[in-house]
Amino acid sequence: MTAGLWQNWVLPGIWVTIQLTVYSAALAAVVAFGVGMARTHRSRAVRFVAACYTEVFRGTSALILMFWLFFVLPPLLGWQLVPMWAAVLALGLSYGAYGAEIVRGALNAVAPAQREAGIALSFTPWQRMRLVLLPQAVPEMIPSFCNLLVELLKGTALVSLLGVGDVSFAAYLVRLATQESAQIYTVTLVIYFVLAFVITRSMKALERRTKANLGVVAK
Amino acid sequence: MNWDWSAVADFMPRFWDGVLVTLQVLVLGSLLSFSLGLVWALALRSELRLVSWPVGLITEFIRCTPLLVQLFFLFFVLPEWGVQFSALATGTIAIGLHYSTYTAQVYRAGIDAVPAGQWEAATALSLPVHRTWLAVILPQAVRRIAPALGNYVIAMLKDTPILAGISVLEMLQQSRLESAATFQYTEPLTVVGIAFIVIAYPASLLVRTLERRLAR
Repeated sequence: MTAGLWQNWVLPGIWVTIQLTVYSAALAAVVAFGVGMARTHRSRAVRFVAACYTEVFRGTSALILMFWLFFVLPPLLGWQLVPMWAAVLALGLSYGAYGAEIVRGALNAVAPAQREAGIALSFTPWQRMRLVLLPQAVPEMIPSFCNLLVELLKGTALVSLLGVGDVSFAAYLVRLATQESAQIYTVTLVIYFVLAFVITRSMKALERRTKANLGVVAK
Repeated sequence: MNWDWSAVADFMPRFWDGVLVTLQVLVLGSLLSFSLGLVWALALRSELRLVSWPVGLITEFIRCTPLLVQLFFLFFVLPEWGVQFSALATGTIAIGLHYSTYTAQVYRAGIDAVPAGQWEAATALSLPVHRTWLAVILPQAVRRIAPALGNYVIAMLKDTPILAGISVLEMLQQSRLESAATFQYTEPLTVVGIAFIVIAYPASLLVRTLERRLAR
C-alpha cells in the first residue's frame, strides 16, 4: 500500500470512524438516559411509550433503520439527510434503545431504601433521581455501557454501505486500487481492534473514578 | 406521504424469497456458532497455555472488530487463497464465526456455574473425561445458558442484513433490488423493517419466558 492511499483515504477514514462513534455515542447516551428514566416513571402512559420505543428500535436492524432514514425519509418528508447524519441518527437511536435497558436495570438495582430515604427527606422525584439514584446507578452502568460502546464502534462500519467515507469504505477503495485484499482488510481489522482497546481501557478508568467518588473500590 | 399498496404487493414474491434466505442464514449460522463456540469454550479452559492463549486472543480480536469488515475479509481474501465459496456460504460462515466468539463466553459462564461438587462427584465415580462432560457437566450447563444463546440468535437475525453488503439475496438485498427496478424506496424498505420487528419481538418474548422458566 502506498503512502498516498494511506494519507488520502485510510487516515481520513479513521477520523470519520472516530467522529461517527463520538456523535452517535452522545446521541445514544441522551436517548438511553431519557428513555431509561422514563421506563421507571410513575405514570403508566410514560412507561408504555418508553417501552414501545425500546421494543421498536431494538426489534429492527440498525442497517435497515439506516437505509430507511436515508432512502425513505426524503420522499416521505421532502428533506434529505446528509449520509453522515442519517448514520448518526440510526446508530444513536438504535443503540440508545439498548442503553435504555442498561439505565433501567441499574436504576432498579439501587437499594429501595435509598429511594425511600429520598421520599422521607421530601425530595422531589427529580431531586431523588439527580441526587440519590443516578450517582449510585451510574458506576453500575459503566461495564455494560463499555460493551455497548464497542458494539457501536463496530456498528459504524455499516455506514460504508451508504458511501460514508469511514475506514471500512477506505479499505474498500484501497482494495480496488491495489487488488490486495488480505493486506488492507487485516490492517482495517487491527485499526478497529485498537480503537476498541482504547474504549475498554478508558471505560475501566472511568469506572474506577466514579466508584472512588462513592467510596467503593472497583474490582 | 404517499404509500402505495400495489408496490407492496409487487414486492411480495421477492420478499418471501428474502425471508427464506434470511432464515436459512439464521439457522445455519446459529448451528455453526453454537458448535464452534463450544469448541472455543473448551479450548479456553484447556490447561495447555499453548491452546488457551491463542484461542483467547483470536476470539477477543473477532469480538472487537466489525462483522462487516470480517465479511469483506472472507469474501475477498478466501478466493485469493484459492478457496471459493458462494456469497451465501461466505456470509453464513462469517456470521457463524463472529457469533461463535460470543457463544463461547456464554458456554464458559454456563460451565463455570456448574457447582464444583458435580465435578468432584464425577471424579469420585471415576467417570472418563468424555462421560464427565457429556453426561454431567454439559447437560447442566446448557440448561442455564439456553436463554443467553437465544438472545444471540435474535442478535444474529438483526445482523443478517449486513450480508446484503456482499449481495446475498436476503431481505434487505431483495428490497434494494426491488427499489432499483421500480424506484419505489418507501414500501419495500418499510416492509422489511416491519418484518424484523414482527420476527424479533415475539422471539424476544419467547426467550424471556424461557429465562423465567429455567430460572426456577
